[in-house]
Parts: sequence; C-alpha cells; structure tokens
Amino acid sequence: MATTANVRKQNEAEVGAPVTIAYEHPWVVRFAHWVNAVAVLVLVGTGLQIFRAFPSFGPKIPQKNLLDVPRLITLGGWLGGALQWHFTFMWIFVGSGLMYVIYQIATGHWRQVLFTARDTTGVWPMARYYFFFGPKPVVDAAYNPLQKLAYTSTVFFGLLSTLTGLVLYKPDQFWWLAWLMGGFHYARIWHFLSMCGFLAFIPGHLIMVLLHGWNNFYSMVTGWKRDPEYVE
Amino acid sequence: MPDDIHEEQKSPEEGPQPPTGPADHGAAQAEERVPQAAAQSDAAAQPEEVAAPAVLRHVGPAGEEVRRVAPAERKRMNRRELLKLVPVLALGAFAVPKLREPLLNEGLHLSDWASGKIFGRARLAQTFRDGDVVPFEKFPYNFYDVADPGVNLERWTLTVEGLVKRPGEYKLSQIQALPKVTQNTRHVCVEGWDVIGNFGGTRASDFLRAIGADTSARFLEAECADGYYESIDMETMLHPQTLFCYEMYGKPLDRGHGAPLRLQMPTKIGYKQAKYLDTIRVTNVLQADKRGYWEDQGYSWYGGL
Repeated sequence: MATTANVRKQNEAEVGAPVTIAYEHPWVVRFAHWVNAVAVLVLVGTGLQIFRAFPSFGPKIPQKNLLDVPRLITLGGWLGGALQWHFTFMWIFVGSGLMYVIYQIATGHWRQVLFTARDTTGVWPMARYYFFFGPKPVVDAAYNPLQKLAYTSTVFFGLLSTLTGLVLYKPDQFWWLAWLMGGFHYARIWHFLSMCGFLAFIPGHLIMVLLHGWNNFYSMVTGWKRDPEYVE
Repeated sequence: MPDDIHEEQKSPEEGPQPPTGPADHGAAQAEERVPQAAAQSDAAAQPEEVAAPAVLRHVGPAGEEVRRVAPAERKRMNRRELLKLVPVLALGAFAVPKLREPLLNEGLHLSDWASGKIFGRARLAQTFRDGDVVPFEKFPYNFYDVADPGVNLERWTLTVEGLVKRPGEYKLSQIQALPKVTQNTRHVCVEGWDVIGNFGGTRASDFLRAIGADTSARFLEAECADGYYESIDMETMLHPQTLFCYEMYGKPLDRGHGAPLRLQMPTKIGYKQAKYLDTIRVTNVLQADKRGYWEDQGYSWYGGL
C-alpha cells in the first residue's frame, strides 16, 4: 500500500549513506551577501546611467567624452530615474554592508577572511595554481590568501564607494572628507574607480563559483556545504 | 535526532550503515583523525602525488563542527535555512511596476529627509581663490527650455508675495541697495560636472529681512520668467552664502545666466538655482506639482550639497 511504501522509502532515506556537511555561512552572511549582490548591480547599472549624463572627468567646456556607455547595461531609463534608484539602493547597500562587517567583527570571523600582510606571499602561488600552471598550495585556513584578498577588497571598495559617494552627494556637509579626496571633482573619479573595483571582482568571483560547482554555490544559499573539500 | 549524530570515518566499501550512536566529537578525536587519514593515503600510494596533502579540518569556516547526517535530514536542514533567506525576496518588490514608483519615492524622501537633518546652518561651502575661478567663457549656459525668455530689463520688478510684512513689486535698485556680497564658489550640476565661478549679489537673508518675511516659515517658492519654478527650504534661504545674485564676474548678470536676478546657493545643486526670477513667495505649504520643474519629474527636492 501507498503509505507503507512511503514509510519504507522514508526509512531508506533516513538510514541512507550519511553525507558530510559543514555549516559554512551563517544567516547574516548569506542575507547580507544576496542583498548586497542585488544592491551592487543596481548601483552599478544606475551609476552608469548617471555617468552617461556627463561621461567625462574633465571640464564642461570643452567637453571630451571618455566613453559611450551602452544603454543596455544601464538602469533607470534617464538621469532622474537612475538617481532615484541610486539614492534608494545606497541605503540598502550601506545597510547590508554594515550588517556584514559588524557581524564579522562581533563573531571574530573577520580573522579568517581579512587579508593581512602575512597573506601577501601566498597570493602569487594561489593565482598561479588557479591559472593552471602551478601546484596546489597547502592552505591551512578557511580561506586561501587570494580569497582573502578578493573578499577584503570588496569591503574596501564598499567603504571607498560609500565615502566617495558621500562626498559627491554632500560635498559641503562632508567638507573634510571632500578635502581628503581633493574636492568634489576628484571624488567623482574615486567613486568611478571604486565601481571599477567591483567590476574587477565580480567576473573573477563568478568564474570561481562556476569552477567550484553546485555544492559550493549552494552553501551560500542554505549555509550547509555538502562534502566540504577539507574533510576526507 | 540524526541531526546530532556524528559518525566515525569509514572507508567507502563499508557502504551505508546505520549510525553507530551519538559519538563524542571532542577535539581529541578530531586530532586523531588527521594522522589516521594521512597514514591511509600513504598506504594506498595515491596516484595524485602532484597535489599537496589536503589539510583536514573538522570545523567549517563559520566555526561549526562538520556533521554526518542522513540525506533526508540534510534536506530538512537545507530547507529550514532556505526559508530563512526568504526576506531577500522582498527586494523583488522593486521589480513590480506598481510598487516600484512608490518605493523609489520613499527612498528619495528618506534621502531628502536625511539631507535636511545633516545640513549645517552655519557650515560654509568651500570658497576659492580668484585663480581657481574658470574663465567666464567656460562657465556653461544651462537652460531647460529657452536661452533667453526676453525679460524687459528696464521695466523688470520682483514680485514678493506670501508670508511677508511688505509684499509688492521690488526694483533691482532696491535689492542692490542692500550690502553686496561676492564669492568664488563651486557650481555643481546634477549631471556630474562642476565649475568654480564668481558671483555677486545680495544676501538672501538680508533681503528677506528687508521685506519683513516670516523666517519661521518653511519654504520660499520662486517663479521664473521662462516658466521654470523652484521651492527652497527656509534654512537654506537664510544660509549666509545664499544670494539673490545680480552679478557674475563683476558684471551685471547676462541674459544667458538669468538676467536680471537669480538664486545662487553654493549649498544646493545646480537645478535649484532658479534664473530670471519673477516672483518669490514665502509659504508654509508647497503647492502639489509645483515643487520644482525637475523635482516634479522625479529629481530630489532637497538637492543639497
């Protein structure tokens, strides 16, 4: 009968070969990661739309356009629309960023992921391994030096884009920050470069996610990673 | 619960086995495991000598112990954690056309509210040396519709209305009779460009006092000869660098820059600096859809720098 079959099936599943799982990413980290991922995409897309209004870092007269940003990769439709998105998602971006950073500090997990001077020598061997012409370095830590560099750099770019954004938004109220960056005009360049930082991180990150397969990706969804590579 | 059952390492050929019972997962046991695994790999003389020996750990990056669970239990655990991530889907509201506009308006309001809160009444915008000012020819003419609405400069007067003791028509000479202020300040356009210019005029606060304006009122509305309109918060109108500007580069304002009178506020973005002033009104209530030409189309109303 159906119920008996179901019970048997369930029993088999319960006693089936146990699988090894590790809780890799706590809820706060996963939540912040996905919210931040959306926020970064929105801020980059609308930022490029805003940049279209004056695609230059020089004077207004004479205006020399640096590049023509294709409409396809922009968001917001027009300058005013893009600014609305930008001024809305800046809160979401900063909120989820702070959530992550505060959580990492509070739990002490920052020690595993923060790139420090000691990690510098490990970057090259790891990069060499990833580009297929080197042996796999021994990594006796949760994250390898290249990972630490990448993840730490996103926090750095997040901080930089927030501070430069504050100067662009309120150069008079944050005059001391503006002064540090060389004024409104230069803050705009730093803001653009911090976006370039994110644009450099994202493809590498996505390629690594693809290379490391479903179990690794899924751990950023549910927190649990099946068959973690560091357990035999 | 199988949730809490941990198993000893076992070789693959042993196959599925029921859990042997709740094993103690102390640190000592984990320490044992590493040499054991290393010994195994030595004996088997694995073909992958190229690879560095794996460093085995029993704790995940989040500091929680690695577990061995039945597949069904793993499914349940995954589902539980997946549900906790549902709040992220709230961001999907921005993809719903009906919700998008109100949400983005809320975002803009929040930003404007915060902008008003951090505004320093006495905090001055940066001023510059004469050498930093761009040549007059490089100060852009910016207009929304017509470059010159054809104001009759001879017969022009400023109409003053609203919460003021002395409403009426004011001649340019009456405004110029008040102390003149000149300043080299930065003009920032919402498009992203900025220029440093030289501006001269009457402090707005002086003129507002002269007309007996209720400075506890909330807003000043401005209507322009070219059909443009603006509204400014009173705090900014009373800021020491806010000018009723009638001079640029030591010369009377020319037609392209808003002759004969314009607003000049270094603490505000470019589109707030209404040109060709025709009427100003002190008020506590902004007319709906008359908050500002660009603001009514979705730009930030506060527009503070």
